[in-house]
Amino acid sequence: MIRDLTCIVCPKACKLKVEYSEKGIERIQGVLCKKGQDYVREEIYNPTRVLTSSVRVMDGDLKLVSVKTNRPIPKDLLMKVMDVLYKTKVKAPIKIGDILIKNILGSGIDIVATKNIKGNG
Amino acid sequence: MREVDIIIIGGGPAGLSAAISCKREGIDNLLLIEREDRLGGILNQCIHSGFGLEIFKEDLTGPEYAKRYITEVERLHIPFMLKGNVLDISQDKEVVVVSPKGLFKLRAKAIILSMGCRERARGAIGIPGTRPAGIYTAGQAQNLMNIRNYMVGKRVVILGSGDIGLIMARRLTLEGARVLAVVEILPYCSGLPRNRVQCLEDFKIPLLLNHTIVDIKGDKRLKSVTISKVGKRGGIVPRQKREIPCDTLLLSCGLIPENELSRKAGVILDPETSGPIVNEELETNIPGIYACGNVLQVHDLVDWVTLEGEKVGKSAASYVKGGKRNYQWIDARAGSGIRYIIPHRISTERDVEVTLRVSRPGKDKDILVKDRNRLIKKVFFGKVNPSQMIKLRLNKKELRGTKALWVSLR
Repeated sequence: MIRDLTCIVCPKACKLKVEYSEKGIERIQGVLCKKGQDYVREEIYNPTRVLTSSVRVMDGDLKLVSVKTNRPIPKDLLMKVMDVLYKTKVKAPIKIGDILIKNILGSGIDIVATKNIKGNG
Repeated sequence: MREVDIIIIGGGPAGLSAAISCKREGIDNLLLIEREDRLGGILNQCIHSGFGLEIFKEDLTGPEYAKRYITEVERLHIPFMLKGNVLDISQDKEVVVVSPKGLFKLRAKAIILSMGCRERARGAIGIPGTRPAGIYTAGQAQNLMNIRNYMVGKRVVILGSGDIGLIMARRLTLEGARVLAVVEILPYCSGLPRNRVQCLEDFKIPLLLNHTIVDIKGDKRLKSVTISKVGKRGGIVPRQKREIPCDTLLLSCGLIPENELSRKAGVILDPETSGPIVNEELETNIPGIYACGNVLQVHDLVDWVTLEGEKVGKSAASYVKGGKRNYQWIDARAGSGIRYIIPHRISTERDVEVTLRVSRPGKDKDILVKDRNRLIKKVFFGKVNPSQMIKLRLNKKELRGTKALWVSLR
């Protein structure tokens, strides 16, 4: 299989052509440093992203609290996690770093607050 | 009239960092004025990550990055005013500010401008068509979605491939909208490669380069936009028009430093950056008025805004304490291939860091720093791009005897 990738490790943004199979990467065309090689392997076999979004707040000075996954999650879980966040409501006050959802979808990853929310009561 | 040593206008990343820096330099009588009801500026609505990689070597979200500096402001007991809208600054550094508590006049020994920038809106781009609801600037949509909990639309087209537009393409997709296309008039993406990959390619959102919007239709709500290919010389290719039905259009067409106040004070602006003309202390043409952050030049990384604020705090504190002033300034000028260089004047007596942007993308280029025909420095870049701010350090040994500094691209 062949895939065109842009390395995003640094601002050089090297353009790459990656030939690979289920067994491993066979050939990479384009200049690539050590960090870039790690990125390519991850991106082909186990692409992950940090998801940032927001969750509704009850009784807070803002209607939404911004949140993130505490570690990168597999890319194909992004929309499934969004479905859970869409249905979630949390109560103020909230502090940065508070775990709002533990072990989301059994992934071992937590949803944590990235903003302080004061109670309005 | 209340007398303050240093007034800082704007409590975003630039102002926060400038205030902390002033305080650390021993200035206690200072005041940070913020228009909104909380400190942090635009970072509060930038809930995505990617902040702090330079300074903290951590991948923080906007609110987390802001919190670090807000905590420091509180810890150092730096006085700040919220919901304070500065109406006027005069040449002799009188500041008029209105807040729910009333109208105040303050006199400052030094002023730091850190008001940030604003988005280029539809009127400034001149897109033909009707004026229906459903047209937002990208940052306005970001505020509605991330702070106020309003969804802006379902079928969305984004004009402009700046970073905010790319970030919003992902945000809208995650929240259930369909982003039909990101339309960019230039032949290249103006946002960072990281955002192009993670915001567009991840969600298979098409990026249409060399395209622009030539018509907007809709009565009450937006019904469609018509896009067209743009030819080599910038003209519209009439046969390559296509109508895209949509209910929402986001504009991500660039940022303009917010300098209405600066102009009132008589600060001279650089037509290329729309920010003040400054010397290496980041001082404007008016002694004791300084500028930092996006009001000076639009940055791509908040970390660099923070560093600029830090530098300006030191300069303003030194001015108040009666530090050295009698420098012989020489001009630093942007030559061919360089869009602008900041600062505009340097002293050659100290090491100096200059920031600049190139005019267009290129490969295997040298940036040349010259004094007429004497080559001072040559730096090689494998790739240059207008979307990436370039920093160069020049040391005083290299600069000795320089009459005028020219920076060009070859």
